[in-house]
Amino acid sequence: MSGNTDSLKLGDFEFDSRLFVGTGKFESGQLFEKSVSASGSQMVTVAMKRANPNAQDDSILDFIDSETIKILPNTSGVRDAKEAIFVARMAREALQTNWLKLEIHPDPKYLMPDPIATLEATKELVRDGFIILPYCHADPVLCKKLEDAGAAAVMPLGSPIGSNQGLQTKEFLRIIIEQSSIPVVVDAGIGAPSQAAEAMEMGASAVLVNTAIAVSSDPVAMGDAFGKAVKAGRMAYLAGMGKVSKKATATSPLTSFLS
Amino acid sequence: MKSMDSFVGEFEKAEWSEISKTIISADRCKIERALDGEGAGGLEDLAALLSPLANQEYLEEMAQLAHQLTKQRFGKVIRLFAPIYLSNECNNICDYCGFSMGNQIPRKTLSNVEILREIGILKKHKFEHVLLVTGESSKKVGVDYLYDSIKVLNEYFANVSMEVQPLKEDEYQYLISAGLHAVLVYQETYEKKSYAKHHLKGRKRNFDWRLNTPDRLGRAGINKIGLGCLYGLTQDWRTDSFFAAMHLNYLEKRYWQTSFSMSFPRLRPCEGELNPVVDLKDRDLVQLLCAFRIFNHELELSLSTRESPTLRENLLPLGITTMSAGSKTNPGGYAGNVESLEQFSISDERSPHEIQEMLRSKGYEPVWKDWDSSYQCLAKTLPKDTVLLDKADSKILAVS
Repeated sequence: MSGNTDSLKLGDFEFDSRLFVGTGKFESGQLFEKSVSASGSQMVTVAMKRANPNAQDDSILDFIDSETIKILPNTSGVRDAKEAIFVARMAREALQTNWLKLEIHPDPKYLMPDPIATLEATKELVRDGFIILPYCHADPVLCKKLEDAGAAAVMPLGSPIGSNQGLQTKEFLRIIIEQSSIPVVVDAGIGAPSQAAEAMEMGASAVLVNTAIAVSSDPVAMGDAFGKAVKAGRMAYLAGMGKVSKKATATSPLTSFLS
Repeated sequence: MKSMDSFVGEFEKAEWSEISKTIISADRCKIERALDGEGAGGLEDLAALLSPLANQEYLEEMAQLAHQLTKQRFGKVIRLFAPIYLSNECNNICDYCGFSMGNQIPRKTLSNVEILREIGILKKHKFEHVLLVTGESSKKVGVDYLYDSIKVLNEYFANVSMEVQPLKEDEYQYLISAGLHAVLVYQETYEKKSYAKHHLKGRKRNFDWRLNTPDRLGRAGINKIGLGCLYGLTQDWRTDSFFAAMHLNYLEKRYWQTSFSMSFPRLRPCEGELNPVVDLKDRDLVQLLCAFRIFNHELELSLSTRESPTLRENLLPLGITTMSAGSKTNPGGYAGNVESLEQFSISDERSPHEIQEMLRSKGYEPVWKDWDSSYQCLAKTLPKDTVLLDKADSKILAVS
């Protein structure tokens, strides 16, 4: 997908855009299509729980140009590893893709990912030939274990899903990014373009955004804003961010007498 | 059972009159704190939001906040479902219900063939989520009948819920193994005296058995439980609602893997008619919806066709996440059976297609499918290499 020297390599794909978009919560397929187009995103994630093999219209898939945009099925709604594995295989068959955003949340209230089940399912699905992008807590050890299990990327959360609270897990994301040998995609909780830029400035490989775009009064303009923010954040990261210091540099050094 | 393993113990510690006083006496300070904190104060905030003063002076602010919170969590989508009435047999005498045993009405329990006729019509309307409903007759509509019906419905629909008589824990487990996803079991009223007054005969008279039903469901591992009061049975609807919220709070902590829904049905005219003891005004219903949304941002709030088209449209942005559409409330009603009597009269008689178009015109995407029962059933049993979808079908796979 790319002639860009800074493309994101993920599995056997290269992405020019480092913004991934979720398909939920939009008021219509048309609005979703326009907002993805404005964002420049090249990968969108689709919930298999809403997939209906019998319906012949109303498909969000009708609004995704699969020539230019990669479809990433997700397992949203499953409660354990077995259900996730079942849905993964269904997605592979139905959408003809071995890519999967693995999300397992036994807690229906805050949709917190289950770290143990996620690791188990990742191991099993990688063995089964899937390209797995697991949604997980911003837990550095878990992320390394997912990497060891063969995940193609890790997708730690910035804050609870749909909360728009931004990077509440910032310090842990920093450690994850520092330690990871696979792409780190910050997923969940990003509520403003500035927060997406912040994640990119920290060195995240990409971000995934849904609610903030879908429930905006103008999802198309918001998609555009996120696209630009992700680019700006990435540029700043590559340019080299200045060191943040809590202290001013002393104008009257106390040790100058030594020189 | 009054052990710590059920809600009854907690329920009996709560004083109806004290709670009622707290609600009635809520002042501006408490209401504003609840609004500023977006309900972070839990039940204390809810009491303030249910108060008469909140109704008189803060309804617009509550509505704005409820709208924002719902949009944030659920987006601009509404899930649609249809009830499918399988039987109007009932062993209870309840003075507000059309199915009450004393009512001289034609009784009907659908056979498998008749169920298939109903299914055919609902499938044409695109429904994937159905709610199986019966009266409460464990002899004529027992667990085996329910199991078989769920099995049949599961072959055609992605998601089957149920609203029938309260069952035992192992019976729920049995029905979950057939693919049952959710159970609605409204307490009707949490005020014991009113409950006794309206439930005159039959197993439904047993207040505690009904009150502990969600505990049995939670222990059985059900995905979702629906709670609620039937408005019109108890004068003090504010306190009744507060108890429903207490129940919800208790269940959410204990059965953390289960999700919950809440409905706010108002008593409708029916055969053997009872005049509601309280007239819950539209304004009160708005207050209830908004108060519950602010109290619990993740709660599914469901609205039935009991309410009129105009009101349903106006309630949409206030917190509603789920609606029924084109409902028939008598067994065989979709296939045109006019002999069996309905449970209550509906107000919104628009077809599912009309509801879909109305939702779109209001900026909402109708969602017909939001879960697939095969996840929970087949995931446990299928061999690794089983082909799950016909490849020909995969080309027309749709995501709504």
